[in-house]
Amino acid sequence: MNAGTLALAALGLPFCSFLLLAVVPPLRRAGRAAGALSIAAIGGSLLASLVLWRTLPRESVELTWPWLPAEGGPMATVGILVDHLAASMLVLVALVSFLVQLYSLGYLEHETPPALGRYYAYHSLFAFSMLGLVLASNFLQMFIFWELVGLCSYLLIGFWYTKPEAARAAVKAFWVTKAGDLGFIIGIVLLWGQAGTFQFSGLFQMAADRTLPTAGLALIMFLIYLGAVGKSAQFPLHVWLPDAMEGPTPVSALIHAATMVAAGVYLVSRVYPLFLLTPDVLALIGWVGAFTALLAATLGLVQADIKRVLAYSTVSQLGFMMAALGAGAAAAGFFHLLTHGLFKALLFLGAGAVIHAVGTNDIWKMGRLYRAMPQTAIVFLVGTLALAGIWPFAGFFSKDAVLAGVWEGGLTTPFLMLALTVFLTAVYMFRVVFVVFFGNRSAEGHPHDVPLVMSGPLWILAILTLGWGISLAASGGGEKAHGPEWIPWLASGLAVAGIVFAWLTYQKRAVSADALARTFRPLYVAALSKFWLDDLYGGIYRGILLGFSRLVGWVDRYLVDGLVNLASAWTLRWGDGLRRIQTGRAQDYLYGVAFGLLLVIVWSYWR
Amino acid sequence: MGLQPYLILAACLFTIGLFGVLTRRNAIGILLGIELMLNAVNVNLVAFARFTGETAGLIFALFTISITVAEVALGLAIVILIFRVRRTVEADQLHLLKG
Repeated sequence: MNAGTLALAALGLPFCSFLLLAVVPPLRRAGRAAGALSIAAIGGSLLASLVLWRTLPRESVELTWPWLPAEGGPMATVGILVDHLAASMLVLVALVSFLVQLYSLGYLEHETPPALGRYYAYHSLFAFSMLGLVLASNFLQMFIFWELVGLCSYLLIGFWYTKPEAARAAVKAFWVTKAGDLGFIIGIVLLWGQAGTFQFSGLFQMAADRTLPTAGLALIMFLIYLGAVGKSAQFPLHVWLPDAMEGPTPVSALIHAATMVAAGVYLVSRVYPLFLLTPDVLALIGWVGAFTALLAATLGLVQADIKRVLAYSTVSQLGFMMAALGAGAAAAGFFHLLTHGLFKALLFLGAGAVIHAVGTNDIWKMGRLYRAMPQTAIVFLVGTLALAGIWPFAGFFSKDAVLAGVWEGGLTTPFLMLALTVFLTAVYMFRVVFVVFFGNRSAEGHPHDVPLVMSGPLWILAILTLGWGISLAASGGGEKAHGPEWIPWLASGLAVAGIVFAWLTYQKRAVSADALARTFRPLYVAALSKFWLDDLYGGIYRGILLGFSRLVGWVDRYLVDGLVNLASAWTLRWGDGLRRIQTGRAQDYLYGVAFGLLLVIVWSYWR
Repeated sequence: MGLQPYLILAACLFTIGLFGVLTRRNAIGILLGIELMLNAVNVNLVAFARFTGETAGLIFALFTISITVAEVALGLAIVILIFRVRRTVEADQLHLLKG
């Protein structure tokens, strides 16, 4: 089979599964059967993606069909664009989707069959949308799939919709990402106005030939970047991601760690040739990314909810990727996206196993879980070491590449912020590890290791994380060659320092966490209240938006409605007055006719 | 004798008929007024036919007479029905169309 057919198969299988689950209610209500269908479909997708990835020709493959007809050729097309970027992303998405769906069978075993069927229907739709986003060959199609993944995210965060926090979190995620998408769509339309095409290949050609008008291009690219800010949870639109943790943990692993939140990074990588024309926007991306990384890392330090720590760590790592893209190291950023997708999914699924066993998200109610759950402890440790960037795990190489890229890109201050973030990452992750798996207290209840259907995906992800890292180490370390020699040593040193610091604080208790909190009291209070960003948005919403709405409501109620009511009142009064001339006596009407006739005659004489 | 006296006669007849229709309170009186107005028209038709030599006016007059007969028959039937239902033929009291 050729590349196009394979890509279409990978895209079509989850869609067929979603369609079946959506239109055949008995199948959906069957629960586990629905899950099996969905898993089989995404398994087929994964197979197709793997074959596609291995057999991909050097040049990109593009298939297009005309869509919106217009004079002189179609205004927009639909199609697929497969190159190495898309193929690697395809494999990551299909792989993590497959493993997460498998894992969900165990994690959601206590759900009722209809709820489970609904869950898998959403998952199939998500897989289709995300694969479609990856394969999109033009901006318009990408935007459609972009919104579809947003919808799936909304549906899956609100999967337990009877829980008020989950419903609120779903709505918040939807609105905050919409704020960014607004910029995205305006950017797309403006770009179309300038270039006359949505097609990536056409735009890249124009960028290479320097025929793309550069006037106003910076604004356009900034607007498109706004879409990525919303989706990839960059400052200041990162506030939705931690709240999105109200959804089931496998959903967090798939959508809010490995795939959908990386869509923003993927978007910037995808249209990187266009961003290269606007260095100012790229620099902004780098600064915002580094700032996001640092901000989220400080927030992750003070969270008590294991999933929220991971959520802030996701925001932080997305900041890393964006910083790399902004500094010009697109390959490094995308590399970090791939490795991060693997080990963050691993961490979330590991956290899910812990939550499944203990029944709470609060790390202070856990402890010494390595005795009860040795398997989970090992895989979680693998994920944590990869996230902290320890040799020879995959995260070490990608983080290194990012740091080297940012340094080479000349963004010195963002580089320092990222270096500090490396230290903080190790601290907050090992804080979780020491408190949850080691610590001095035992967890409540009787935790136990998870069944094979859940531990299988964990082991696969752990082996991939470690195996990829070792193969990279054997082959000379991927992108490392570009940066100066001292960067890997610096990064590793900072990470090890972070681990030691966390060990001293949370395991040995040599450093008192409370004393630290007192010393850095302003920072601690600020981080606990999320730097008041949520309050700020709430205030803006309540003060300005609701105030304005009230004003508009007043105008509508008293001005617009008033005019309408006035007109109707006048009509009523006139009607009431004119009613009196209708006496009902035929002779009176005849008087009218005769008198009118007379008037007409007189008038025609005197005219 | 010229055309004018006939026309004056017809106008007088028409006016008398109209006056009767407008002032009579009895429904049968109103019908009689209508008869007068129609006959004024007949006088006009016949007079014009006589003075222009066109026979069409005579034929129109014949038509009018026959239609008048039908109209009176219908009108009287309606008046009798109204009387059965309302026990009156006074036009003042028949104001079902009052707004």
